This record gives sequence, structure tokens and C-alpha cells, in this order.
Amino acid sequence: MLELLVYGIILGSIIALGAIGITIISRVASRMSNFAHGDFMTFGAYIALVVNGTLLSGVAFLQQKVGPLTFGLGLLLALVPAAILTALLAIGIDQWVYRPLRARRAAPILMSMVSMGIAFAVRGVIYIIWGADFHFYFSGIRRMIFLPMGIKIRPDEIFIMVVAWGLVALTYLFLGRTRTGKALRAVADNPDLARVAGISTERMIVWAWGISGGLAAIAGILYGVETQLRPEMGWGFLLPLFAAVTLGGIGSMEGALVGALVMGIAQQVSTAFLLPTYKPAVAFIIMVLVLLVKPEGIFGRR
Amino acid sequence: MSILRVENVVSGYGSMEVLHGLSVEVDEGQAVAVIGPNGAGKTTLLRTIFGVVNPWKGKVYFRDEDITGLPPERIVKMGLSYVPQEHNIFPTLTVQENLEMGAFVREDDIRPRVEEIYALFPDLTDRRTSPAGDLSGGMRQMLAIGRALMLNPQLLLLDEPSTGLAPFLVDAIFDRIEELNAQGMTIFLVEQNAHRALQSSDQVYVLEGGEKKAEGSSQEMLADEEIGRLYLGR
Repeated sequence: MLELLVYGIILGSIIALGAIGITIISRVASRMSNFAHGDFMTFGAYIALVVNGTLLSGVAFLQQKVGPLTFGLGLLLALVPAAILTALLAIGIDQWVYRPLRARRAAPILMSMVSMGIAFAVRGVIYIIWGADFHFYFSGIRRMIFLPMGIKIRPDEIFIMVVAWGLVALTYLFLGRTRTGKALRAVADNPDLARVAGISTERMIVWAWGISGGLAAIAGILYGVETQLRPEMGWGFLLPLFAAVTLGGIGSMEGALVGALVMGIAQQVSTAFLLPTYKPAVAFIIMVLVLLVKPEGIFGRR
Repeated sequence: MSILRVENVVSGYGSMEVLHGLSVEVDEGQAVAVIGPNGAGKTTLLRTIFGVVNPWKGKVYFRDEDITGLPPERIVKMGLSYVPQEHNIFPTLTVQENLEMGAFVREDDIRPRVEEIYALFPDLTDRRTSPAGDLSGGMRQMLAIGRALMLNPQLLLLDEPSTGLAPFLVDAIFDRIEELNAQGMTIFLVEQNAHRALQSSDQVYVLEGGEKKAEGSSQEMLADEEIGRLYLGR
């Protein structure tokens, strides 16, 4: 049981990384829900596969496994181009698709539906390029380390938590301390007043997509390290992501983080009683229950 | 010498025309008030000047430079600031961050200016780290004005600074506005509280139904029987 709790926190840390990207977009970019976020995760994960598995495959010292981890420095290096390319993909789609919609004052629900189409398109491209097969960042056995109280954990999973929460903390610092971060929050609060104060909302939306896309890529890679790469990986991750965001209160950063942990733990702990196949159903049921009791979410403002 | 000139502006929202060819002029160093009933188009006039709404016809000049149709984020760099009537703060940002956002277009060190604003509105000093959304109505209005003053504008546009405030706060706000005007800042404000607006201004325009009904010096308007009966509730 305790072990499932730990696994829940691991899963929750990946959900958290994805969920803050969704929150930033829904707060800054015309209150839209980006249903393509899961497929941005998949895209980032595959880019890392190409960079590490193909481009850097000949560089021996990069493929040497780092300590007890199952992968080498190559994958760590691959985080950077994966994040940048996914950020550029997100920004490009925004300029090409959402920006004209914003100019026509499209409703948020319409833009969210369009993002559903983008999700299918991105996934389609992934299928075309990489096929439907499973891929792995590593080969060989997964070693376990034993923590007190009989908890078994993979060194990779400690890596996942450090990277995920580290990036969450960095994002937090960026939004709280930097001039651009504060301007992003200002646009989220009141876009009209932000323009009056001299902040270009369009420029801030570009920042928001860049950050959101970059974080999605890293979340996708971490998820790939924990499980395996397949074209549907991000799409399947979308439900717990949105359940976490809704649970915490749409638009609330703190809410998304708490929601992510609740979702991660609830899904993993449920496997003690239910088949793992029911995990998404657990996420969904929790989301519905919370909405029935507190429609604005745990940290939501009315 | 006029600092702001609005010429035959027609403006509105969607297909609804609100201003029907309005002309207004503000001289440098003056305090000019626009009074008139609800729905007269006062707010639309300010929004049109500041580029939040684009005029359908007509021109807006700031110091003889054509600023018609420029976006607000460009206009704010030219020496104009605008305090909207409602939603004029960033509620989840702290008081300090609200002021910092007022000088977003400045890349240099803005801390000295922040301190000057605190000196102007000492009540805000103790609330630096509070979210602006937690402030009372009067403090919010001071913060909104403080934010607009961060760039030390030559022309300050104010939309109904007295809305929803208790009389003693209205006085406090107008005292500050008069102070700024005395220091040389040009003020252009629209107000429903016509009496107070006339007392604090040099020139006044009376707006009704999107058209100019009267204009003149505030002193004369205050003394005018008909204006008093129609707009000052006498």
C-alpha cells in the first residue's frame, strides 16, 4: 500500500509537469483548453528518441549508463532539443491556427475543439514517421533499489521526480520573479489592462506556448522513461492531466499541482483493489465527484 | 498649445455607434473634465483615444502626432497613461508587482520610481506584498492610479476615479489628482460626479448621447443655472 503511494507520487510528478503547461495556456491564451497537450508530450518523447537513439547513438561515452540509471548522458542532452523543438511546434501552431482565431474573437470552446483536431494531426504525423510500434530509450534489465519499509523503487524514478519537481519549481520562480513571468501573470489576470500597461498580449501568448510546449516535451520523455514510447502515450495521458487541472481548479497553479498528486496517488492506489485497466476510470470518477461537490475545484476562484 | 486633439471621432462596438463625430481638445498643463450621464460615451471616448477601441472615422493627435488606431502598448510609450474605470488592477499580482507592471516598457531600474509612488500613496506601502485583489475600493483606485503614474506620463487619462468610493475617499483621490496637475501633469478625466469634477478642472466638456452638448471653463459651468439644473442636480 505504501509502495503504491510512492508510485502514485512518481506518476503525480509527471502529471504535475504536464498540468502546469495546460494551466499556463488556459490562463494566458484566451482561456482555451489545449487538448493537444498530450500529443505534444508524445512528440517531445519521440524527438528525444531520435536525438539519443539515432543522432548520438555512435557516441560511446554518451550511451554509457549514468550510475544506476538505465540511460546515458545522451538522453539528458536530448531533453534540450526535444523541449526546444516541441516549444517551436507549439508556437508555430499558435501563430498559424490560434492567432487568426483570436483575431476573430473566437470563443474559448471553439479554440479548444480546434486543439482536438491539432491533437489528431500531431499524432497522425507521429504514426507516419515512427509507426505504431513500441520503442524504448533503454534496453536491458531495470534494477531496483530497496528503501525502508519494503518499498522497491527504480533509480530512474528518483530521476523522474527530481527533474519534474525541479522544473515545476523553476517555472514557479520564473513566473514569480522575472519581468516576463510577472507580465505573463498580468495577462492572465487582465489582458485588457495588460495592454494598457504596455504589455503585448500576443508576445506573452508566444511565451506561454513556448513554456507549455517545452514542459510537455520533458513530461513526455519522463513518461517514456517510466513506461515505453508509443504514439498513443500522450493521448492516453490527457484524461489524468485534465482531471488534475479540473480537480485543482482550472487556472490555479497550486491547484494543478495538488490535483496532479491526488490523481497520481488515486490511480496507483486503486490498483490494489481494481485491475490496472480501470486507472483512467478512477481518474474520471474522481473528477466527476469533485465537480459535483465543488464545481470550481479545490483551489478555484469564483 | 494642445497636447491632445480628438477630431470628429466616430466610434463604437460591433454595429453600435456610440460617439457620433466628437471633437475634444486638451491644452498642455490643464485639467480637463468630461461630464455627462451614464451611456453618454465617456468611457468609449477614453478607450478610443488609448487605442483599446479603434475609431471608425476621425483622428486622434497627441502633440500633433497622429496616434489614431495605434495599439495601447504603443501609445503608452509616447507619454500617455490610462486608468480604466473597472478591472483596473491585476488582482492576483501583489501591490508591488502591479506597480512594476506599470513600467513594463521600461528596461532600466524602476525601483526608485516605485518608491516615489509609495511616497505619493503612503497607504499602499504597508500592503506591498498583498495581492491587489485583497485591497479595499479606495486602495485599489490609488493602486490603479499609481500603476498609471509609473511611466511619469505627460497626459493622464482617468475614467471615473470616484466610482463606488465613500465621500472622504473621493476627496482624497481628487486631492492627489489636483496635486499631480499642479506639478505640471495634464489631466483628462471623465466623471459622473460632475460637481467634484468641475471643482478640480479648468475646462469641461458636457457629453450626452455621444455628442458634445456644451463646453467651457469649469468656473463658468459651475455658475451656470442650466448646467446646474441638468447635470449637477440643483
